[in-house]
Amino acid sequence: MIKKSLAVATALLGLLSLTTAATPTQAATASSFPVVVSNYGASMTFSKAPTRIISLSPTATEILFAINAGSKVVAVDNQSNYPASAPKTALSGYTPNIESILSYNPDLVVVSYDPGDLVASLRNAGVKVVLQDAANSLNDSYAQIAQLGAITGRRTSASAVVGNMKKRISSALASIPNRSSNLTFYHELDDTYYSVTSSTFIGQLYSMAGLTNIADKADGAEWGYPQLSSEYIVAKNPSLIFLADTGCCGQSKATVKSRPGFGQLAAVKRNHIYVLNDDVASRWGPRTASLIEAIAWAIKNFLRTNH
Amino acid sequence: MVCSGAAIVTIVLAVCVGAISVPATDVLHSIAWHLKVPYMSKTVGTNDIIIWQLRLPRVILAFVVGSMLASAGATYQGTFRNPLADPYLLGVSAGAGLGATFAIVSGAHVSHALIPVASFVGAMGAVALTYTLGRSGISGRVSGSLVLAGVAVANLLTAIQTLVQQQHNDKIREVYSWVLGTLNTSGWNDVRMVVPYIALSTFMLYRYRRVLDVFSVGDEEATTLGLPVERVRAIVIIAATLGTAAAVSVTGLIGFVGIIVPHALRLLVGNSYRVLIPLSIVGGGIFLVCADLIARTALAPTEIPIGIVTALIGAPFFLYILGSRRTGAEK
Repeated sequence: MIKKSLAVATALLGLLSLTTAATPTQAATASSFPVVVSNYGASMTFSKAPTRIISLSPTATEILFAINAGSKVVAVDNQSNYPASAPKTALSGYTPNIESILSYNPDLVVVSYDPGDLVASLRNAGVKVVLQDAANSLNDSYAQIAQLGAITGRRTSASAVVGNMKKRISSALASIPNRSSNLTFYHELDDTYYSVTSSTFIGQLYSMAGLTNIADKADGAEWGYPQLSSEYIVAKNPSLIFLADTGCCGQSKATVKSRPGFGQLAAVKRNHIYVLNDDVASRWGPRTASLIEAIAWAIKNFLRTNH
Repeated sequence: MVCSGAAIVTIVLAVCVGAISVPATDVLHSIAWHLKVPYMSKTVGTNDIIIWQLRLPRVILAFVVGSMLASAGATYQGTFRNPLADPYLLGVSAGAGLGATFAIVSGAHVSHALIPVASFVGAMGAVALTYTLGRSGISGRVSGSLVLAGVAVANLLTAIQTLVQQQHNDKIREVYSWVLGTLNTSGWNDVRMVVPYIALSTFMLYRYRRVLDVFSVGDEEATTLGLPVERVRAIVIIAATLGTAAAVSVTGLIGFVGIIVPHALRLLVGNSYRVLIPLSIVGGGIFLVCADLIARTALAPTEIPIGIVTALIGAPFFLYILGSRRTGAEK
């Protein structure tokens, strides 16, 4: 399933970049329609850009606003907190109510998750639905941005957003000095020590920055999100700790310091605990570039202060 | 004597095994030094931290929580003459869950430290509510109406918890990880927090163990035997609730211990609470230490939620005892 969606996304990306290459100066005009989108076995034809979009995915909300399609968004779900100008409603992407969604009279609904046949029910009601589930790689992210760009008639903006992300990411990665030693890190998802391995979207970003993930050798179930034993974290003594649980779970440098056994960790003693924005670290939209910049900054800070 | 020996052996063995392998001599050395055994050299380093700050408090916490849940379960089964009674019967778990959920979704950074407090208050509140409602039931049938009130209160509070949780679905994962129970993050603070309550509770249950045998003849007969049924029931319920609420507040909900351990022991030693309560205290502790050992080592260094282990190991183990007991009786 995941491989298939990846293949579809990659194919789509290829197709879109070909199209943009053929008409590099073309602005978003009606002439780029109709757009045919293939999404999880469904084929949809958009004869014009949707004007009443609902996003039930915080990532899709961020993408739609980043590619200047925000003015066409009539409602976003209760988790879509960025940008602040997004029309946040009580709609839920986890426990969606079909009638409430339809009451906005949408012509496109974007979701990242399909609970209880949401997608089929909306399609039965005649609404076009695009499912963009959690990205497995940066290329997935780029493909999703390009897909929303094509559908909303914002191809130019979408490729500008992707181009900008790529530029920021490569310059962040290039700014990390070469080093001989291995730097290990622990990325914390919640205060019961759930973490991510390098096979996950977020884990890949750390690998790109050349860090070694202590969770990689701990994923017996190969699920990508192991719950690490506290003993293991202490024994591995990671050089850097990244907290992605300050919002969800009220964690901070101080709470990490006060945990049993954590006070003696090198990262704690030398103050190499880095606080991430939970939302940015759990989404796969344009702000992913700032996440990589934050990781690069942490590494540079570590190398500068840790002689 | 034999029992406390078995308990200590289990604890020591459990401390020797873990996600990170530490030589047994280092384990004993670390514990001995911290216990100020004379002539011990100071212990330092990662192994010392792992043993003294992480593993030992976790094993001890598992033991006391297991003791509490099993003895509270046995007590409830006796008080209500109901083999399906468990420590959560009167709404402790639902109340604690609601309290914890409120603390989790309220989201303020200070609130996180409040989760144990909130769940403790929720648990005690739920049982107080159950008791108030149940006592006003038909006279002479108090234990039955208490159980019914408990079911109603638990359902009501669970419904409210689900509602609150759905309104804050960004917090669902944290609520679930609390519900499944965890000992992974425990330290001496947690031990210090629950031991006074659990010690007091188990001591009270131990003292009243003979009374539970009198309950088994029924409320009316117990009254004619001169037992102040209402007062005694209130005392044991308060004792069991206090300790269970404290246990739940630091470890989350750990199921099955309160049902499986007393029943397994019943099949082995018979129905007398005089014997059953002390054995449940020791047996529940040993059971949970073993279940936690599996939780932290089976997929090490990945953790398995403890609630899943108690169910996965506990249910077949119980069926095995039930089966072997039956074949034994037929012979």
